[in-house]
Amino acid sequence: MSPAQSPFELFGIDALLTEEERDIRSAVKTVVDSQIRPHIAQWYESGELPARELAKELGKVGLLGMHLEGYGCAGTSSTAYGIACLELEAGDSGVRSLVSVQGSLAMFAIHHFGSDEQKDAWLPRMATGEAIGCFGLTEPDFGSNPAGMRTRARRDGDDWVLDGTKMWITNGSIADVAVVWANTDEEEGSRGIRGFVVPTSTPGFSAPKITGKMSLRASVTSELVLDGVRLPASAMLPTARGLGGPLSCLTEARFGIIFGALGAARDCLETAISYAGARQVFDRPIAGFQLTQAKLADMSLELGKGMLLALHLGRAKDEGRLQPEQVSLGKLNNVRESIAIARECRTILGANGISGEYPVMRHAANLESVLTYEGTSEVHQLVIGQALTGVSAFRG
Amino acid sequence: MNIVVCVKYVPDAQSDRTFNESDNTTDRVGVDGLLSELDEYAVEEALKLVEAGEGEVTVVTVGPDQAADALKKALQMGADKAVHVKDDAIHGSDAVATSLVLAEAIKKIGSPDLVITGMASTDGTMSVVPAMLAERLGLPQVTFASELSIDGSTVTIRRDGDAASETIVATLPALVSVTDQINEPRFPSFKGIMAAKKKPVEEWALADLGVDASQVGLEAAWSKVESFTKRPPREQGQIVTDDGDGGTKLAEFLYAQKFV
Ligand SMILES: Cc1cc2nc3c(=O)[nH]c(=O)nc-3n(C[C@H](O)[C@H](O)[C@H](O)COP(=O)(O)OP(=O)(O)OC[C@H]3O[C@@H](n4cnc5c(N)ncnc54)[C@H](O)[C@@H]3O)c2cc1C
Repeated sequence: MSPAQSPFELFGIDALLTEEERDIRSAVKTVVDSQIRPHIAQWYESGELPARELAKELGKVGLLGMHLEGYGCAGTSSTAYGIACLELEAGDSGVRSLVSVQGSLAMFAIHHFGSDEQKDAWLPRMATGEAIGCFGLTEPDFGSNPAGMRTRARRDGDDWVLDGTKMWITNGSIADVAVVWANTDEEEGSRGIRGFVVPTSTPGFSAPKITGKMSLRASVTSELVLDGVRLPASAMLPTARGLGGPLSCLTEARFGIIFGALGAARDCLETAISYAGARQVFDRPIAGFQLTQAKLADMSLELGKGMLLALHLGRAKDEGRLQPEQVSLGKLNNVRESIAIARECRTILGANGISGEYPVMRHAANLESVLTYEGTSEVHQLVIGQALTGVSAFRG
Repeated sequence: MNIVVCVKYVPDAQSDRTFNESDNTTDRVGVDGLLSELDEYAVEEALKLVEAGEGEVTVVTVGPDQAADALKKALQMGADKAVHVKDDAIHGSDAVATSLVLAEAIKKIGSPDLVITGMASTDGTMSVVPAMLAERLGLPQVTFASELSIDGSTVTIRRDGDAASETIVATLPALVSVTDQINEPRFPSFKGIMAAKKKPVEEWALADLGVDASQVGLEAAWSKVESFTKRPPREQGQIVTDDGDGGTKLAEFLYAQKFV
């Protein structure tokens, strides 16, 4: 028997990575193995994540806003950021979500659209994990169609006063700062959407935690209630106008998910392969059954293809030529295939597959959220469909 | 304060470690290697000292091409520069020869205020190189430090023994070996990883150090591995069936094995 290879070894993925990317990967692996894996089953079960302490540990390594320049950020390539997301999500999608929202949504919005004062006030503390950020776009009645948002920002003298409700906001209850999107001018429609940097200590702001989640349990998800939140004029992100602002942040975070989802899938597949080698049924390891091997082969193929796509898109991003519809290709394919892999691996583990003793069911359940947030699969199909046909089908 | 830290590239203890069939030396090529974990404590301690004051941390290794990985890790953690002594003639060197090469390398680096090493390597686990090195450099040796502080021109360490903890003071320059109790080594950060690429790594051969090839290597070694046999596979554990006397049987087993 020849020595066993992992799916990524089979694809020769290492040869496609630079030495720096491999070093970053092993640095993240070390963090995941020492700080996340030993606790994750318990965090998931209890639905409690020690997010503040964890954020500081992640900040120490440089995971928060890692691909941003300056302000204490490491300034890595986008591909390296993707690889870090993959390793984090091999730990848990919830932990990766904390990092995605902090770095690619909240920090990216301030870094990209913020004033110097906003950047100086928040970015260095967010890079170390001392301050946590959230990103409020989705509302109870507006998810896939954020253009219709009801949250309003009203001018009062020089101040802005925000009223409305945001829903499903990752990190909401633990955030020190919320980047909140609100409409400043109903007549203008979605062109009136502007971003605000809201310290969560501002009177009128509250963020009750959403409980009873069956997915992404090791992640804080909240409602944001804005009840006459009064902000100075300087709280507005000066250069983000219209829906393009928040959407460009989402493109950043989605890019990370293209890699991230594969991490969850890889962890499931590695678990299933090792389980199949050890578990004896009908007097032999289930790894020796052709049906099991067919499953493993097919899953490895999708995992490897997904990684090739991710790396291809990563290189395109680093060369500044990645288009949003290409990000949709990656997000749609890699999350869809990852959840299929997680579910198939679940079958290989039999009853143990549903147990929290193994990571597979947790990953599968987490990926349900990943399938929905950052643009649902259907929305990405519509983006791709529009790119192919030139016809927008969003309104039916 | 300028500090030199000696670091070793060792086979990963997690992987299957073996000897070379041809000359009974440790196989460093066929298995994954890394910076000896015990040396991470030495690097961390040096970084802490320099961060608290000023100066430079230089890491030095004697080893094959792949040993550059150990230096890279130390640079990623934050060391300022690195020296890699490599020469085919060094292959198979014992502790005596290794300490000679290290001593000459440290002399060439300059005169550090402090030389720090790990308490042992995770492959050879002999703990003798620090002592030999101190002797060759004519430095006071304070070994197995579980706590270290610098006060002007002295270094004070705590060495924990079975019966007592000793506090030992030496004048600088000195050589200190540190235990795994002394600190919590940092992970390389992304900034560290990116900065390491730009840090200087010097490569020296024996000729650069004025060491003659006949003084090192397998031929010059004072001791040699004559033969080796693989550890026999683990035997099946013993299952004690509890017929109401399980506790007694367990106690008897622990007693027979001298665990209690
Ligand atoms: C765990 C979690 C964390 C989240 N974190 C954040 C966060 O930090 N910040 C934030 O702003 N949001 C966050 N979200 C919200 C997320 O982005 C939205 O849930 C997502 O955009 C979908 O919106 P919705 O839930 O309102 O679904 P809807 O928009 O109501 O969609 C319901 C279904 O209809 C489909 N659908 C909608 N429109 C069309 C169409 N035109 N054609 C075909 N099908 C369509 C969708 O694909 C979906 O299947 C989070 C969500 C989750 C679950």
